[in-house]
Amino acid sequence: MVSASGGSDWQRLDPRMLAVTPLRQLAGFLPVIVAVLVIGSEENFGGRVYGLLVGVLFVLIAGTLRWFTTRYRISSDRVELRSGLLFRSARSIPRDRIRTVDVTAGLVHRLFRLSVLKIGTGERADGVESRELTLDAIATSEADQVRQRLLDPSAGSRERETVARAVEELAALRWSWLRFAPLTVSSLVALGAVGGAFAQLVNDVGAETVGVGKVGKRLTTAPLWLGVTVLTSLILLVALVGSVLVFIEAWWGFQLVREPGGTLRIRRGLLTTRSVSLEERRLRGIEVVESPLLRAGRGARTVAVATGLGGRRSHGRGTLLPPAPRSEAHRVSGLVLGKTPSPTNTPLRRHPRAALRRRLVRGTLPVMATAGALWFAPAPAWATWVALGLLPVTVLLAGDAYRNLGHALTGRYLVTRHGAGVRATVALQRSGVIGWTVSQSLFQRRLDLVTVTATTAAGHGAYAIIDVTTSEGLAVARQAVPELLDPFLA
Amino acid sequence: MNRPQAAPGTAQVLRLRPPRHRVSPRAVIWWTTQAVLEVGAVVIPLGVAATVWGDARPWLLPSTGVVAASGLVYLLVMPRWRFRVHRWETTDHAVYTAQGWVNQEWRVAPMSRIQTVDIERGPLQQLFGLATVTVTTASAAGALRLAGLDRTVADDLVAQLTETTQATPGDAT
Repeated sequence: MVSASGGSDWQRLDPRMLAVTPLRQLAGFLPVIVAVLVIGSEENFGGRVYGLLVGVLFVLIAGTLRWFTTRYRISSDRVELRSGLLFRSARSIPRDRIRTVDVTAGLVHRLFRLSVLKIGTGERADGVESRELTLDAIATSEADQVRQRLLDPSAGSRERETVARAVEELAALRWSWLRFAPLTVSSLVALGAVGGAFAQLVNDVGAETVGVGKVGKRLTTAPLWLGVTVLTSLILLVALVGSVLVFIEAWWGFQLVREPGGTLRIRRGLLTTRSVSLEERRLRGIEVVESPLLRAGRGARTVAVATGLGGRRSHGRGTLLPPAPRSEAHRVSGLVLGKTPSPTNTPLRRHPRAALRRRLVRGTLPVMATAGALWFAPAPAWATWVALGLLPVTVLLAGDAYRNLGHALTGRYLVTRHGAGVRATVALQRSGVIGWTVSQSLFQRRLDLVTVTATTAAGHGAYAIIDVTTSEGLAVARQAVPELLDPFLA
Repeated sequence: MNRPQAAPGTAQVLRLRPPRHRVSPRAVIWWTTQAVLEVGAVVIPLGVAATVWGDARPWLLPSTGVVAASGLVYLLVMPRWRFRVHRWETTDHAVYTAQGWVNQEWRVAPMSRIQTVDIERGPLQQLFGLATVTVTTASAAGALRLAGLDRTVADDLVAQLTETTQATPGDAT
């Protein structure tokens, strides 16, 4: 192998990992240690302590061995990592295949000024994200340089000052966005976490110690409405506070910048700091997603549609913004895509009324059928009325789904929107469309409608224009990607 | 380039034309066999239950009859309908397929975006000398399936596609 100047030789990970790995592993073992030492009977205490010590020692040695046996090398054309003593593994990624370099640092890592570098190629081998290489860990001061060198090989020679000056800030956190925190799934996450921790506590220590029994007894003697109210407000409070805390931890110090060499970089995190880089030449568009709660608060999420993020398994890597006001989502989309006003915010062409009829039929028919079945079935009469009571809801949803349908072609982008409740607007680069799927069900055929789907290597892999007239759908597809569809049109 | 600037849909009525080539006529037999197996898997247990379980016969027998009748319609109609729909075509620049029966689907993928071309033959397909060619692109949702091709046609097609895509530059994303 030809060795380029500097950094081409095999290197060890940072020696501070000798302290970090055991610390983190011990932290993971803490509950076990506490359980062994504190809880349980008095007999054979010494034996348990010795057992514990052996276990801890084993963990410490394993962690140390891992450091001694791990080496990495960044040569001019590939990144390599070798590790293991008994089970040896060697990984190698060609540098021109590198799509993402993520830098994260948990609490312990930050204490020692270390960062974990995760180098991804975004290849999907049979649905498994196999081509990923993790350097755990290197000095934080070096991590940024390594990241830039890996993403943009030409940047290595440049002066650091000029690099710093050319960075362009596209967005930064505003604390008023905190109001969107309770409107996202993070409130559910918080509920789950608190609920899980509480259940664990009750399980481990016993209900009596926690005082659940007493509270429960008092609740059963109190009137029902009081119990329900107390429980509901408790849940709401936990969700509210929890989601705010989750938001703060995740988005503290959020910044989205454009770096020279065409890289978008997102930095965020309070306890665990995260830095995600995304090459702009991998960007195929942007999706603005408004969940029902966010829509009610005029908020939206902004997600990059890019190749090499690993499709559906991207673990939120494409997220460009915290939950933010819709106007901000569109502003940042425009900045990222280099076009103002943003393609995601262009006026869209409405879909034919037949699309509304389809939605109404699809929404109401099952409800009516259920109601009818309940009427003739040996079920109480109120069940039928409950089923019929769902009718207005489905009608409203159908109307919303129809209003959300739309599509447009603007310059370099194909824009399409759909969704009942959750509204998703995607602006997809026309050059990123790698094929078309035109589908038509029996009912669509009778109404002369089609669903035209643009397939792409990025994001979900396919974005649909749902229920347009055949002629209009084909016209859009033909115009979006010149010459692809023409030979197949009648 | 002089792209039409008029609002889409106003100037002319656009329609997709069917792709040039039909699949092998033996595909009808293949689909029928599949349908017979599927329908049989439902009707035969029902029939057996109706003969064995005397108490349930009054309602089990008619329902078996209904299922059998609709199964018969399915295995008579579906293969022929499919055969009318399933078509394929390749040009120098793209692959174009049509498939389905009640719900139909047309797919277009440019040669420059094709990543892999696979061929597969199930046991039934081997029996009838048929093959399925799958053309994948970089999209997770972009695979084109050509089911029920004549074996030799499929082999030729795979050879041709492999050659063409190798000659086309680009990383297909």
